[in-house]
Amino acid sequence: MATSINDLLNKYTDDRKNLIPILQEVQEKEKYLSAVSISEISNYLGISENDIFSVASFYSQFRFIKPGEHTIKVCQGTACHVRGGGRVLETVERELKIKPGQTTANGKYTLETVACIGACALAPTMVIDNEVKRNMTPQKVTDLLNSKNKAANDAR
Amino acid sequence: MPDNIKYTIFICEGTGCVSGKSHEIRQALEQKTAELGLSNVKVDFTGCHGFCEQGPIAIVEPEGIFYTRLTVEDVAEIIQSHLKDGKPVERLFFKDPVSGQAIPLYKDINFYHRQQRIILRNCGHINPERINDYINRNGYNALKKVLSEMNPIQVIEEIKKSGLRGRGGAGFSTGMKWELCYKEQSDIKYMICNADEGDPGAFMDRSIMEADPHTVIEGMTIAAYAIGASEGYIYIRAEYPLAVNRLRTALKQAEEKGFLGNNILGTGFNFTIHVNEGAGAFVCGEETALMASIEGKRGMPRSRPPFPAQSGLWGKPSTINNVKSLASVPVIISKGADWYNKIGTEKSKGTAVFALTGKIANSGLVEVPMGITLREIIYDIGGGLIGGKDFKAVQNGGPSGGCLPASALDLPVDYERLAAAGAIMGSGGMIVVDSQTCMVDLAKYFLSFTQAESCGKCVMCREGTLQMLKILDDITEGKGKEEDIDLLLELAKSIQAGSLCALGGTAPNPVLTTIRYFRDEYEAHIKEKRCPAASCKSLINFYILPDKCQGCGICKRGCPADAILGDKRMIHIIDQNKCIKCGNCLDVCPVRFDAVIKVSGERPQTPEGLIPVGSWQNSESEEKL
Repeated sequence: MATSINDLLNKYTDDRKNLIPILQEVQEKEKYLSAVSISEISNYLGISENDIFSVASFYSQFRFIKPGEHTIKVCQGTACHVRGGGRVLETVERELKIKPGQTTANGKYTLETVACIGACALAPTMVIDNEVKRNMTPQKVTDLLNSKNKAANDAR
Repeated sequence: MPDNIKYTIFICEGTGCVSGKSHEIRQALEQKTAELGLSNVKVDFTGCHGFCEQGPIAIVEPEGIFYTRLTVEDVAEIIQSHLKDGKPVERLFFKDPVSGQAIPLYKDINFYHRQQRIILRNCGHINPERINDYINRNGYNALKKVLSEMNPIQVIEEIKKSGLRGRGGAGFSTGMKWELCYKEQSDIKYMICNADEGDPGAFMDRSIMEADPHTVIEGMTIAAYAIGASEGYIYIRAEYPLAVNRLRTALKQAEEKGFLGNNILGTGFNFTIHVNEGAGAFVCGEETALMASIEGKRGMPRSRPPFPAQSGLWGKPSTINNVKSLASVPVIISKGADWYNKIGTEKSKGTAVFALTGKIANSGLVEVPMGITLREIIYDIGGGLIGGKDFKAVQNGGPSGGCLPASALDLPVDYERLAAAGAIMGSGGMIVVDSQTCMVDLAKYFLSFTQAESCGKCVMCREGTLQMLKILDDITEGKGKEEDIDLLLELAKSIQAGSLCALGGTAPNPVLTTIRYFRDEYEAHIKEKRCPAASCKSLINFYILPDKCQGCGICKRGCPADAILGDKRMIHIIDQNKCIKCGNCLDVCPVRFDAVIKVSGERPQTPEGLIPVGSWQNSESEEKL
């Protein structure tokens, strides 16, 4: 069976302990865990799909829906919370018209929250595609999203 | 280092500084120094200095000049003025938040010189991706000593004698933990490093792994030798990609140098370390849940006994230690237990690392001897609160910890005394808040975290925290009832008694301590429908003060809800029915007007309709006339 994640799977032995690392690598590659991928992992490790879903759904890292082009993670850690992380999240929600876990209709942004990225001295923070944005304010969020949209429009 | 090197400039490349583009700053420095042929200048990088707020940071050695808040644009000036002409750039010095004075040298900054850095001893002083830097600072000598001069019992006795207790929070004796595992007979044992730093507001483990990964590896290898383990796992949060990479690099280098792998340093001792990335479940910081996760299962805790020392990973004897405990081990072995156990208090030895954040002037990592007071940490090292505001509370130990009020500031910090006050040492998060933080909301914040992270196994943890959260929701929305406080206390008791692991057992702590120390705030929400901190959305309103509004229209343009009525040179009014309380108007109103206020439980007089600026006269001002 020639599939997209076959090569990836072959790097691992078929031990159960490799389940989470495999799920992580598949998600890294495909951005989410598709039903097809889970079925392939199930065959490879000899673990039922049901069992795999049970494990994957336990951990907040894993997604089962294809995310947007960019992922915005707004930190809701304690330091961010007391310095206005809630307002940062509200602003992103309002600007993009989505709630955490959702993707914009144009497929451009997925919004997520993260419990803490450990950059507490820079609070409040958000992460766009692995780039940490520090000392955010509602105004900075608006400016940032506007400039991203403008850049995208200019490129067209 | 070659003799001709006059200056070495170390750029911090921890997560915080990297977010401020420190990597680009280093590249610019490298490029510029090469262009100018400055062969006597070396550009290098370090891990986290723990003073991320001031980042990006750079240190110029040998002088020890400390530059803060750098940008790529500063590079040319640093090179020209400092590295070429020998004149440090004063405008980039650290400015003391209390005195306002510019402080050129690293060692003179209060934030650092009041600390005693043992666990963080190398952080910011070495290149974490170069094993020789670690070796040059006495690295791996403790491992050599252990393998050549000591048997496992001697190692365990030394650690017991040092008084080292688990830095993950519970504070169990590290030496005793090792001894329990050592005594078990088994063909295979596992040594596990718990680097699943899930507490929001804590980042010391991240910093250590980013800045000094070898100390964790060395400590772990010594522990493995003591308990008789041949295989190890580091379970680290996937949210810390830089730390994961640095660890992997360090593991490879340690193996190449013969500090890991088979026949370590020719002694016949074998030990290998695997890295497992956590997948975002807070409960996996609990040791039995962590092991279940390594085994590829849902990370749910199980009842103990059997303890991991008897039946741990795959049913084999296992020891789990926190990153900071392991980072302490090489120093204890090198300098001796008698040196270490003189630091600290009677029952809590050594140093503790805190992540000092929130409304504090100097945010960052602080390592201090046990027994130091909260006041010393917050005021002498932390520089007090931002803007010189009044201290309200400090939250210690994350979601499992508690909020302590000003009356606790002179409390010496150690395991026992923090616990007696209702907080915990925990993993060391220390969040300082001022009068703008609502204590009910803060308790709700922590509870919503633990509630969401409850694995669901124990009914009281799963359902009890949810009920507590609903009550707190009601209180913060002004729907609280008088009997709610007693109900919260009763639920808290049941959750503590009815939960298998520490997540449930400690989840009520933030609520309990805020009720204990800030009961008046709960009562204000319940009885007066008022949030004293003016923070709870349902209980606040924004108003434009008619005597201050200049009709500039900035707030109106910035209002996302179209809730502001106004016209040019007319006094603006907020339509309270439309207002979504985002606070934008307060942010954007020019400081010189200062016309927007946020209040809870009061209603200033405002005009009924649009009137020109300057024409407002309310009953009070009429009286004054």
